[in-house]
Amino acid sequence: MAETGNPRFLRPVTAADADVGQAITFGADMPLQLDCGKTLSPLTVAYMTYGKLNAARSNTVLICHALTLDQFVASAHPVTGKLGWWDTMVGPGKPIDTNRFFVVCANVVGGCMGTTGPAEVNPATGRPYGLDFPLVTVRDMVRAQAMLLDALGIAKVLCVTGGSMGGMQVLQWAADYPERVVSAIPIACAARHSAQNIAFHEVGRQAIMADPDWKGGTYQLHGTQPAKGLAVARMAAHITYLSEAALQRKFGRSLQDREQVSFGFGPDFQIESYLHHQGVTFVDRFDANSYLYITRAMDYFDLAAEHNGKLAAAFLGSKTRFLIISFTSDWLFPTSENKRIAHALNASAATVSFVEIQTDRGHDAFLLDEPEMFATVRGFLNSVAAKVGA
Amino acid sequence: MTASLRPDLAAIAEMIPYGARILDVGCGDGALLEHLTASKNVDGRGLELSQQNVNACVARGLAVVQGDADTDLGEYPSAAFDVAILSQTIQATRAPRDVLGHLLRIGRRTVISLPNFGHWRLRLALLASGRMPRTQALGYAWYDTPNIHLCTISDFVTLATDAGASIERALALDERGLTRAMRADAWGPNLFAEGAIFLLRGT
Repeated sequence: MAETGNPRFLRPVTAADADVGQAITFGADMPLQLDCGKTLSPLTVAYMTYGKLNAARSNTVLICHALTLDQFVASAHPVTGKLGWWDTMVGPGKPIDTNRFFVVCANVVGGCMGTTGPAEVNPATGRPYGLDFPLVTVRDMVRAQAMLLDALGIAKVLCVTGGSMGGMQVLQWAADYPERVVSAIPIACAARHSAQNIAFHEVGRQAIMADPDWKGGTYQLHGTQPAKGLAVARMAAHITYLSEAALQRKFGRSLQDREQVSFGFGPDFQIESYLHHQGVTFVDRFDANSYLYITRAMDYFDLAAEHNGKLAAAFLGSKTRFLIISFTSDWLFPTSENKRIAHALNASAATVSFVEIQTDRGHDAFLLDEPEMFATVRGFLNSVAAKVGA
Repeated sequence: MTASLRPDLAAIAEMIPYGARILDVGCGDGALLEHLTASKNVDGRGLELSQQNVNACVARGLAVVQGDADTDLGEYPSAAFDVAILSQTIQATRAPRDVLGHLLRIGRRTVISLPNFGHWRLRLALLASGRMPRTQALGYAWYDTPNIHLCTISDFVTLATDAGASIERALALDERGLTRAMRADAWGPNLFAEGAIFLLRGT
């Protein structure tokens, strides 16, 4: 457990909160300033930590999670009971070694695992925010994490890392707080969300909003849930996390529990059954409005736009050491987008390494058992830690 | 590791000023970069094609980008480095002239080492056998060699001149990788040197 730098941020963890790990609430005196111009207050940030903060406070690895993930990086998920989402990467003796490093991961603002989001009660109305929740950005997520680190008394992180939307946060961290970030490992991400990716997100949002149970975002008041819409959104998105080759290898045209096609619209094919399963299990652990807000945050992400269209300008003078990782079969955040970041960092004279890892598992590869990724991250972190004596 | 640095790399290292900002194109497992970082406190970057080599470099704490000299050098800003290094690689690029042009643009100085296809043993082997020569330094059959643009020292000097580079230093490499100064336009090294190292400056 981390020591907290300032006890006025503390809120007793109640029984209702217990399953989201630790949480800090920032009161009216510390509102979160949002890019949209509004403020968010009070703000609760739910987070998990693994390992111990050293005396010099120099061994923190901040992990930023992706769209539908949360703070349960390396411990069982309280809803699904499944292993932490990065259990292969984070833990004792793992590449991000919790015997050496103090790992922090916070649920993003707008999320639904304890951090303030659209499903939480709006103190102004006494009812869930729903669509009254302000639009948040990747930058707002990072601001909330910076407030959390302040509260934990952590001035500087040894490394900030994450994949996909987590990687976007890593880039935002490095651009906005260069003096607080010793090293950064953005994985399978981009400095801007592409038109194709915005398009996929819009399909998902429209599926949710077309579900009659969504009720203009007020489904909590009606005791309903747009489960069908959210499941379809998840199904469509899930396809983008895989690759044609992996789908073919895993499913091909195999039929599901039947010898021949049924001449109907049931799940004849294994891939259909698999996607249905992905959709159905997702709605048990994720809030539909959160999905709208977080996908929008990703759509709005364009780091160069904050710097007059010049990505290199975002990192000018940065002392942060970067390691960028992409995967050959990732078509959601392809190597070309990741390389663009590497080139911009080179152009800004930052210290950057870039590796492209051969795999047919698509975007999801960053969550899977990829020995080359583990070896690279381990080697990089060890060399960074050795340099600063962490 | 200083002791185990290949002699031709040691000769390149000797040309690099203390504290320089360098780009090692085709940096392999990072031996030269690591040596220069330790011995000359350079601010070093690498570009390397092979995933395995890049991993080795990253684990050594070096800043190396996985990429291809033929396609990626265009992304580097002009005069971004004090020295750009291309060691035993130009003969394996698809467009050596473009690669050289980019190096001269990116680095205030450029160091290039290359094998010499004009060596007398290669000339003799071709004359005597009528087949593409294979040597210890260039031990591939013609159909599977990565060295698709082999040249002689004289050929390279012509290319460098055409590209507007001035040759500030030229070293001849012998079969043990040892070097001695040479005149770039002399016929001797073109016949007797295994390879050469040039220190170039763009215009």
